[in-house]
Amino acid sequence: MEVGQMQRQWMGYMKSLFMEGFLDGQFLQLQQLQDENNPEFVVEVVSLFFEDSERILKDLSFAVDQQSVDFKKIDAHVHQFKGSSASIGAQRVKNACIAFRNFCEEQNIDACRSCLQQVKQEYIHVKNKLETLLRLEQQIVAAGGSIPMMEWN
Amino acid sequence: MGMAKDNQFHVLAVDDSIIDRMLIERLLKTSSFQVTAVDSATKALKFLGLVEDVASEIHQDVDVNLIITDYCMPGMTGYDLLRKVKESKSFKDIPVVIMSSENVPSRINRCLEEGAEEFFLKPVQQSDVNKLKPHLLKSRVKEEQEQPINN
Repeated sequence: MEVGQMQRQWMGYMKSLFMEGFLDGQFLQLQQLQDENNPEFVVEVVSLFFEDSERILKDLSFAVDQQSVDFKKIDAHVHQFKGSSASIGAQRVKNACIAFRNFCEEQNIDACRSCLQQVKQEYIHVKNKLETLLRLEQQIVAAGGSIPMMEWN
Repeated sequence: MGMAKDNQFHVLAVDDSIIDRMLIERLLKTSSFQVTAVDSATKALKFLGLVEDVASEIHQDVDVNLIITDYCMPGMTGYDLLRKVKESKSFKDIPVVIMSSENVPSRINRCLEEGAEEFFLKPVQQSDVNKLKPHLLKSRVKEEQEQPINN
């Protein structure tokens, strides 16, 4: 595949991620912060997000499984996850976290357990999407092309 | 290691989130700021030389032109850090900016009343960071006016 085709494929994929709500404008901000001096910025932030998310999900599973549930602690973890997903532009994960926090406030453990599953699912979804996107970017760069600038209004 | 490079402004960024630290550092560096990023208010105070049990404020060679801190942090909050900075002899004139993921008017007002220059809602944008230069230039002019002429 030649570079132009790859770039068009990338644009199509990005557009779909936005249309389906997986990503929001914040992700574009990340792309804009990447330049020739920091060509790996997006990959680095996203990798960090994956690592951090996995840690938080582990902590959340532990907290939710306790005999005596500490809702404050659960809420603190979800707050963290909401923050990091918002910073990346992972909109659906962020929204799932917002819903989760509401149930923490209500101290509804069953709803919390269900929310945790939701958040996990959304995270896995966006992780797969981002990995695919970044792979496409790698291919473009390897073929000597550059990653198009996208605008989303 | 606390010296400002040439005429570059040195910003101390404080955030317990590793991702937000990375983001704010990149945003600040894009604006040509020199950045020191730490993950807690306690570390920030240590960096400035404002340690609890030491009566005098050491580390006179630390040259920080602005502090930007997250509000919600475990242990000491950004608000506590703001207060400590504003209460200190050596650092009260350093502009402090607060960041928060939560839009709570009472929180915002508290911070502004305590002396914060700006309150940014997270995720912080380039347009927010662009608001910092005027505060820094104002501080620098003030600093220069207060210096005895020693060329």
